[in-house]
Amino acid sequence: MSTRARVLVRPKAGILDPQGVAVERALPALGFEGVSNVHVGRLIELDIEDPSQLAAMCEKLLANPLIEDFEIVSEP
Amino acid sequence: MKFGVVRFPGSCDEVDAVLACERVPGGSAQILWHGDPDLHGIEAVVVPGGFSYGDYLRVGAIARFSPVMESVIRFAREGGLVLGICNGFQVLCEAGLLPGALLPNIERRFVCRQVNVEVVRAGKPFTGDCADGEVLSIPVKHTTGRYYAPPDVLGSLEARGQILLRYAQDGNPNGSSNDIAGVSNADGNVFGLMPHPEHAVDPLTGSVDGLKIFTSMVHAHG
Repeated sequence: MSTRARVLVRPKAGILDPQGVAVERALPALGFEGVSNVHVGRLIELDIEDPSQLAAMCEKLLANPLIEDFEIVSEP
Repeated sequence: MKFGVVRFPGSCDEVDAVLACERVPGGSAQILWHGDPDLHGIEAVVVPGGFSYGDYLRVGAIARFSPVMESVIRFAREGGLVLGICNGFQVLCEAGLLPGALLPNIERRFVCRQVNVEVVRAGKPFTGDCADGEVLSIPVKHTTGRYYAPPDVLGSLEARGQILLRYAQDGNPNGSSNDIAGVSNADGNVFGLMPHPEHAVDPLTGSVDGLKIFTSMVHAHG
C-alpha cells in the first residue's frame, strides 16, 4: 500500500536565489505590486510504500542539505 | 600517466579532455563509461564538463551515484588524482570529495567567455607547473558556476591553502564566494574548477594556458 507524498525543496535562507529575484522583479512589470521575499524551489511528488524512508532520501539525493532545506508533506 | 576521462550521458567535453591529456608528453587517455565500475588501471581521473544525466534534479546530483563514480570516490579516498572540470566540479562537490556547492550564476545567465584566473597557490599535483600569482587565460562556459561554501568552510579553505585558482581583477563571472575559480580537497589530491583548461591547449583557440594543469599532473606523477 503506497502513500502519496510531496517533498518541497527550497534554497536555504540567506543564500542568494537568483530565480526568486528574477520572478520578484518580473511581477511589478505585469502590474502585480506589493510582492517581496520570492523564492523558487522544487516540488517532488511520489508514491512511497514506507514514508519513513523519505527523510533519508532527501538527505541523500532529493536535496543538498548544504544549500537547500526540505519539507516532507505526506497525505493521510 | 594514463588518464581516465569519465563519460556520462550528457557529457560534452570528454573528447577535448582526452585530447588535452594526450598533448602532454607521457600522457595518454581513455574514456571511462559511467555504467562501468572498472577503472581499467588508469592513474588519474578527469571528470569532464557537460550536462550529466541532463542536470536533472540538481547539477551533478544523479551522476554522483553512477557506478563509475563509486569507483572514482574510492580511488580518490586512496589518494588517486582526480580533476573535475565544470560539471565535473559540480559532481565532485555532490560526491562529497570537494567542499561546497555550485549555485546558479548571480546574473542568471549562461556565461561563455575567456577569463583570467590567478594561481593562488602553485604546487603539486595540479599547479606545479605554474608560479604563484601567475595569471592563466582559460574559458568559462556555464550557468551554474557560483561557488558557495558556508563562511566557516570558506575560512578554513583560505587558511589551509585549498583555494588554488581565483578569478583575477574584478573578473568574477558568476558571483562565486571569494572569487573562487578552483578548490582542492584537504589532502590535495582532488581538484575542481569551473574554467575549462581542456579548451585552452592549442594556439588556434587563443591560449595554451590550460595545458599547464595537465602537465602539472603528469609531472607530479613522476
